[in-house]
Amino acid sequence: MQLRVDKLGVIIAALAAYGAFLAPFATFRANRIVAGEARSISEALPPVWATVILLFVIAAAIVAALKTPSPLRLAIAFSTIAALALGIGAAAGHLTPPENSYARVSPASGFWVLLFALGLLAADALTRLRPSPLVRVLFLCGVLGFVAALLMSGTWDGLSLLKEYASRAETFWAEAGKHVMLALGSLAAATIIGIPVGVLCHRVPRLRDGLLGVLNAIQTIPSIALFGILIAPLGWLAIHVPGAAAIGIRGIGAAPAFVALFLYSLLPVVANTVVGLAGVPREANDAARGIGMTDFQRLAGIEFPLAFPVILTGIRIVLVQNIGLATIAALIGGGGFGVFVFQGVGQTAMDLVLLGAVPTVVLAFTAAIVLDALIEMATPNRNQVQSA
Amino acid sequence: MIEIEGITKRYGETTVVRDVSLTIAPRTVTVIVGTSGSGKTTLLRMINRLVEPTSGTIRLDGEDNRSLPGYELRRRIGYAIQGHGLFPHRTVAQNIATVPTLLGWDRARIDAKVAELLTLFQLDPAAFGPRYPHELSGGQQQRVGVARALAAEPKVLLMDEPFGALDPIIRAKAQDDLLAIQKHFETTIVLVTHDMEEAFHLADRIAVMDKGEVVQYTTPAEMLVKPATGFVESLIGAGERPFRLLAIETVATAVEPGTAEGKAISSAVSQREALSTLLWSGRKALPVVGPDGVLIGKVSLDGLAQRAAGRS
Ligand SMILES: Nc1ncnc2c1ncn2[C@@H]1O[C@H](COP(=O)(O)OP(=O)(O)OP(=O)(O)O)[C@@H](O)[C@H]1O
Ligand SMILES: [Mg+2]
Repeated sequence: MQLRVDKLGVIIAALAAYGAFLAPFATFRANRIVAGEARSISEALPPVWATVILLFVIAAAIVAALKTPSPLRLAIAFSTIAALALGIGAAAGHLTPPENSYARVSPASGFWVLLFALGLLAADALTRLRPSPLVRVLFLCGVLGFVAALLMSGTWDGLSLLKEYASRAETFWAEAGKHVMLALGSLAAATIIGIPVGVLCHRVPRLRDGLLGVLNAIQTIPSIALFGILIAPLGWLAIHVPGAAAIGIRGIGAAPAFVALFLYSLLPVVANTVVGLAGVPREANDAARGIGMTDFQRLAGIEFPLAFPVILTGIRIVLVQNIGLATIAALIGGGGFGVFVFQGVGQTAMDLVLLGAVPTVVLAFTAAIVLDALIEMATPNRNQVQSA
Repeated sequence: MIEIEGITKRYGETTVVRDVSLTIAPRTVTVIVGTSGSGKTTLLRMINRLVEPTSGTIRLDGEDNRSLPGYELRRRIGYAIQGHGLFPHRTVAQNIATVPTLLGWDRARIDAKVAELLTLFQLDPAAFGPRYPHELSGGQQQRVGVARALAAEPKVLLMDEPFGALDPIIRAKAQDDLLAIQKHFETTIVLVTHDMEEAFHLADRIAVMDKGEVVQYTTPAEMLVKPATGFVESLIGAGERPFRLLAIETVATAVEPGTAEGKAISSAVSQREALSTLLWSGRKALPVVGPDGVLIGKVSLDGLAQRAAGRS
C-alpha cells in the first residue's frame, strides 16, 4: 500500500500539533476575575494522563495527514475528542489546590484549537460517509448523551464553567426555559400565522408583493431597534387594554422580545410557503383539479405536501435564527441565556459569558442538525429512492 | 351523449375556440385533431369545466354541465391530462386510487380496482403499485395517468394526447386496450391527438380543428373521401389516403367468393394489413379464414385496389 497525503488532513495535523505542543492546554486563575496563567498539557495533567492524550493526538494527526478510510478517521477523531474531554476534567482536579473554592481552571487556547482540528476531522469524515438523516440524528444523540454523562458524572465539576453553573443552577434552568420558550414560542406563533398567510399570498398575487415587501423591511430593522420600537405600543396596550398587563404584556420584558422574534420569523415562513407552493408542478395541480378535488383537498392533499420540504427549510432558518436572537432579549429584561452573557460582560467574567453562550450554541447546532435531517426525510426524491 | 352548443372561449381579445357545436353520441370514440394551438385542449377542458366558456352551453345526457359544482362534475368525468400529471409524492397505487378515495369507496374495492387497471396496462401491480412516478419510464407514467382517469369507471372519458410518449408497439397495444375498455364499460371517449394514424384507428368520428374552429366533424371514411377543406386534406396527407381507407376496415368486408393459394389470413385484420401481406408475398390473392378458423373465401389485390380508389 502506498501512503498518500490528504490535503485537508495535513492542515488538521498541523493545527493539532500547534494545539498540543505550542499552545496552553488550560488556564489557571486564583479567582474568577483575575488574569490567568497558561499551563501546557504536561503541566496541567499527571504524567500518565498527559502521555495518553499526546499519544491520541499524535495518532489522530497521522491518520488525518495520510489518505485513510473515513470510518477510521471518524473513530480516531471522536476517541481523541473523548480523551480531551476527560483530560480537561482531570486537569481541573490536578491544578486546583485542595480545599480551594476560589481557584478557577478553564480550557485554554490549545484545548480549543485541538477541539476545532478534531471537530474538522470528524465533520470531514462524516461528510464523506454521507450518513442518512436518521444516522446523523443518532450521532447527535450519541454526542449529546456523552456530554450529558460527563456533566452528570462530575468529571467536569472542577472546571470554572461548571463552578459558575453550580452557584446559579436554579437561575440557569429558569433562564433556559425562558430562552426555549421565546425561541420556540415565537416560532410556533410565526408558523401558525405565517403558513396561512403564505397560502393566501400564493392565491392572491397582489397581496403577495405588498406583504412580502413589508416583512422584508421588518427583517432589516436591527433587533435592538425593533425592541425599542415595540416598547411604546406594548406599553400603551398594557395600560389601556384591560387584562393585557395581567397576561404579561408590558413595554419591556418577555412580551416585546416575543413579538420582535415573531416578526422576524414571519418573513422566512411566509416567503418559503409562497416559494414552496409556487414550486408545485403545474401538471400536478391541473390533474388534481381535473380529477375533481375541491380547492381545499388540493391544498391539503397535493400542494401542501409537495411544498412541505421548502416550508420546513423556512422553519429551520427561523428556529436557528431565533435561538441566537433570543439572547438579545435579556437586554430588555426578557430573560434567556442572554442574561448570563450580559452579566458576564458587565463583570468581565468570561466564564459567565460562556455559561450563556455555550448552551445557546449547542441548542442552535442541535436544532440545525435535527431539522436538516427532517427536511431531507421530507424531500420526496431522497426517501423515494431509499424506499424503492 | 355530449352536446356542445355554440361554445366560444376568448382570452382577452383572442378567440381560442370559436362557436363550436358538436354532438357526441354515447358509447363512441370521438377524436379531436388539429395543429398545435388550434384549441383542442381548451375545447376538451370546457367539457369538464376546467375552463369556463365565454359563451355557449355543454350538456351531458341532457343536463347542463353547470348544474352541479365543478369538482363534482369532474369526479364523474375521467380526465387524462396532456403529459401525465401524476402526483410526485404519491405512489402509483395511490395515484390511481385518487378518485375512488374521493368518492369514498371502501379499501378492498379500491385495491381490487388498482390491481385490475395496472394489470390491464401491463404493469405488474406488486412491482409498480408501490413505486413513485419518478421511478417509471415516460411511457409507464402515461399509462398510469390513463389508469387513474379510468379508476372510477367514468361514463365519459376525456383524454389529451394520452399515448404521446409510448413506443409504436406499446402504443398500438394501449390503443387496442382502450377500445376494449371502451366497449366493456360503454364509455364515451373524447380524445385529442396529433397522430392521424391513431385518429383513424380509434375514432368513430373525427373533429378537425383549425384556428379555434371545427372545420369538419364526421366519420373517418367520409373524411377520407370528402375532406371539407384543403387543411383537412393536408392533415390526412394526400399520399396516405388510399391506405387510411383500407386501414379503417377489416378484411371481413372485402371477402370475395372462391379460394386462393398460400397461407390464409384472418378476416379480423385490417384491409391494409391484407394488402401489405399480398404485396410482400407476391401473390394476387390469399385465402381468408373467419374467427372460428373456417375458410370463408379470398381477398384479392384487385378487390382491394378497387376499395382503395377514392369514391368521389
Ligand atoms: N389560460 C390561457 N390564457 C391565454 N391564452 C391561452 C390560455 N390557454 C390557452 N391559450 C391559448 O389558446 C390557444 C389554444 O390552446 P390549446 O391548449 O387549446 O391548444 P391545443 O390545440 O391543445 O395545442 P397543442 O396541440 O399544442 O396541445 C393557444 O394559442 C394558447 O396560447
Ligand atoms: Mg393541447
